[in-house]
Amino acid sequence: MIAIANAQLLQLALPEVIVVVAALLVLAMDLLFLRTYRTRVRFTIAAAIASLGCAGAVFQLLLAQQQANVLDGMLVANPLTRLVQIALLILTILVLLISVDSTFTEHVGEYVLLILLATTGMMFLVASQDLLVIFVSLELLSLSLYILTAFDKRSPRSSEAALKYFLFGGMSAAFLLFGFSLLYGLSNSTSLTRIASAIRNLHLNGQHLNPLLVIALVTTVIGFGFKVAAAPFHFWAPDVYQGAPAPSAAFIASASKVASFFIFFQVMAVGFAGAEGSAAWSHFVPGWVPVLAIVAALSMLLGNLVAIVQSSVRRLLAYSAIAHAGYMLLAFVSHTQQSLAALLYYVATYAFATLGAFGVVAVVEERTGGDRLANFDGLSRRAPVLSACMFIFLLSLAGIPPLAGFFGKVYLFVSVLAVTPGPLGLLWLVVLAIAMSAVSLYYYLQVLKRMYVASPSAGSDRMQVPILRQVVMVLLAGAVVLLGCAPHLLLHWILEAI
Amino acid sequence: MMLAWTIYISFLGALLLLLLPKGSVASARVLALLTAVACFAITLTTFAQHRTGEMLTVVRAPWIPSLGIEYHLAADGISLTLLLLTGIIAITGILFSWNMEHRAKEFFAFYLLLIGAVYGVFLSYDLFLLFVFYEIVIIPKYFLIAIWGSTRREYGAMKLVLYSFVGSAMVLIGLVAAYVVAGAKSMALGDLARFPFPLHFQMWAFPLVFVGFAILAGLWPFHTWAPTGHVAAPTAASMLLAGVVMKLGAYGCLRVAMTLFPLGLISPWGFHVLGLGSWRDVFALLAVIGIVYGAMVALVQKDFKFVIGYSSVSHMGFVLLGLMTLNQIGLSGAVVQMFSHGILAGLLFAVVGRMVYDRTHTRDLAALGPMNLNKAIPFAAVAFVVAGMASMGLPGFSGFVAELMILIGVWRAFPLLAICVGIGIVVGVAYTWRAMQKAFFAEAGTESIPPQPPLPPITLPERLGAIILIGASVVIGLYPQLILNVIVPALNSPLFEGLRKGSWQ
Repeated sequence: MIAIANAQLLQLALPEVIVVVAALLVLAMDLLFLRTYRTRVRFTIAAAIASLGCAGAVFQLLLAQQQANVLDGMLVANPLTRLVQIALLILTILVLLISVDSTFTEHVGEYVLLILLATTGMMFLVASQDLLVIFVSLELLSLSLYILTAFDKRSPRSSEAALKYFLFGGMSAAFLLFGFSLLYGLSNSTSLTRIASAIRNLHLNGQHLNPLLVIALVTTVIGFGFKVAAAPFHFWAPDVYQGAPAPSAAFIASASKVASFFIFFQVMAVGFAGAEGSAAWSHFVPGWVPVLAIVAALSMLLGNLVAIVQSSVRRLLAYSAIAHAGYMLLAFVSHTQQSLAALLYYVATYAFATLGAFGVVAVVEERTGGDRLANFDGLSRRAPVLSACMFIFLLSLAGIPPLAGFFGKVYLFVSVLAVTPGPLGLLWLVVLAIAMSAVSLYYYLQVLKRMYVASPSAGSDRMQVPILRQVVMVLLAGAVVLLGCAPHLLLHWILEAI
Repeated sequence: MMLAWTIYISFLGALLLLLLPKGSVASARVLALLTAVACFAITLTTFAQHRTGEMLTVVRAPWIPSLGIEYHLAADGISLTLLLLTGIIAITGILFSWNMEHRAKEFFAFYLLLIGAVYGVFLSYDLFLLFVFYEIVIIPKYFLIAIWGSTRREYGAMKLVLYSFVGSAMVLIGLVAAYVVAGAKSMALGDLARFPFPLHFQMWAFPLVFVGFAILAGLWPFHTWAPTGHVAAPTAASMLLAGVVMKLGAYGCLRVAMTLFPLGLISPWGFHVLGLGSWRDVFALLAVIGIVYGAMVALVQKDFKFVIGYSSVSHMGFVLLGLMTLNQIGLSGAVVQMFSHGILAGLLFAVVGRMVYDRTHTRDLAALGPMNLNKAIPFAAVAFVVAGMASMGLPGFSGFVAELMILIGVWRAFPLLAICVGIGIVVGVAYTWRAMQKAFFAEAGTESIPPQPPLPPITLPERLGAIILIGASVVIGLYPQLILNVIVPALNSPLFEGLRKGSWQ
């Protein structure tokens, strides 16, 4: 019997507690006092309280210093988890600020509550090394996201997307749970480190890849592959990105990606340590690395090639997200400390750029009634500041220097190539990634061409952009430029935390 | 050091232009011109002070310490020469865009962004930094052509961008691999050039990086972006593309591919395919094909601007061939040719795009002939005749010096190819002559129809621009020592040690 230090547990979970309290506060305030006000006022107050809660949690995380590992990895606290949690909270605040000017719902309190609950799920997700906690927090995150997707009740697309998301998500959760149960069977433990030592023992006994382990591995990859929208588990992504209300889509595309990628990496690199195998050219060794190498290659190919033919900007962003998931999976293939740093840098800057891009799409949708490419015609003349921000976001996604996306890519490629032994064994993946990012420039330029080259449709005048959104967009664009010109600002934090 | 300010001033100018109030066209172009002149003045001052041509550190500061990447700018004789070229083309490009009214602010902003990035490439010593600037160049090119261009502009712009981006992707693969193989400690050119890369690595990395850069230099058969891009671009952008951007490619070939992987260039494969025994033979042959092919195709064009577009391919072939000679005279000839072609292509595109097309709204040689333009706009005719003479290599102009040096170098290295080059030069005379005749002089016997309404006269900025460019060509033609004095020491610097050890004659 292990004595649980309740006080310590509570103290470790204090940031999460703050967020949950803020969530309940928002709900109570909205239901009790603000029902009669206009939606915008309600959204402003709710978002303000929620943002304060998140900021409080960030503050608490910044103050916390200790390293902790409660109950064999149930709850972990170290500089790395704190860094990821801070990133998640900042992204949540930005999503809340973007959603202030939304008009798609009357249920403001519930909407903000769900965003905060999803955030809580993500925070627990990244702070755990235990299969049970990982699964439960993943479900908390996923269930909140399903509802957030369906929140636009007036739009049939939104419900359809949510249903698809839910069905696919339910199935992948089943896969994940199945895999986890097999892992428990193998190791008699739900802790990642113990699972890893059990796998190592199998190795020592001469069973290099136990069939049960193979099944566990594949189902786990399927489950997480769904969360990160990697091909061929990506089918929900285009519909959700297109159908969900813009702030929800932005949230799914940014914050939930950060959390999922981080925990995916932890599960594979810590939990499956010992069953890696190798994907180096002409040195294939079975294990999870070759599986992920194939998933990565497929995602890059499919995402980039299908994005070319999209005419809806949201779907285009969805396919580009699949492609970016492919790039990020490269970090798994090399699974070193350096590649974890590269992954975190990449996913953080990617989240900023995508969040910004969705913010711009949201404004354009509200003002022109759609997100087709044609709706972006002549945007640079109608909303110059917004267009400049979009210019930066899309080029960062395409990996053009001096923007953050470029350094993210280069650092990722360097970390993949630098893997020992046998440098350049993974060159084939890097070549594919670089070739595909050359393809990606084509479709990002299609959007920018509409904005800068095409003339605005007749009768359209300057676009009114909500001031708060504009400020958020400019901040995000500034961050993307700054992190591109001075990557070390973020990188040295990540490197110190690792 | 002041030289770094060329980059900052250009970017700052671009930013200021965007902040100007709407509709201030006149102040936009004056601001752009002042920016370009300031950058040129800085370069010229440094050029005058720094007469030895050796590597000169401009700025050096840690940038991304965990990867050993530095913000390191440096210049030697080769980069100084090309910086001067950039300054001249930037100024004259703005002079020839003086009539720009449509979204002028944005035009000059993109223009200065492009110029600033070009300065950056020529000044970068750290290869990561060089690559950053090299890729920044791509985006403004696209918008300059797609927004302000003519004939099939969106197609031309996209084609150009994709070619450039594919090229830079190849360069990126090579650079990242080289960085990792060398121990992932430094991206500085000197450090990587000193590292003894294994031969088998150099054997694939060299062609990869070389072709990646050479795509931008118009290497046959990857040249097809050049004519369509040049034709679609507005005048100032064609001047920049042909004058400066193609030089970025050639500069990258010399500065990066050849210094990093000299063995990949020199070492024989150990077997022969069609008589070719090393990458050097292959690229020399491709360069010669480019020279002859570009000239032949230019000979049969109906569109005036396409003639100039293909002539660029032909002339850039000389540069690449000069690089492949690997002897001092050939290499310095290649650098002089970069300068010379930059100036002359700029002038030719200015005459065709600004002086002729903006006035007559046609570039069809058959339609231009009957207008008898040498009567209507005599200055344009004179400028074109002079530029044509210079580019076909008449003594007294820069083209002569450059081509002569390259020919001597080729004669020493590949005697057989020298004959083919001779053919290329003869065809070069023919297409220039044909274009001149058809565009400016009505054929004897046909009725000349003066254009209606009468063409507006050549303006002062145009005259000024043409005189600057012709002047630059004549100065280098009469006194090539001016730049050779800095180019030769640069080629003899430790950076090119690897190449010299191989086969420097």
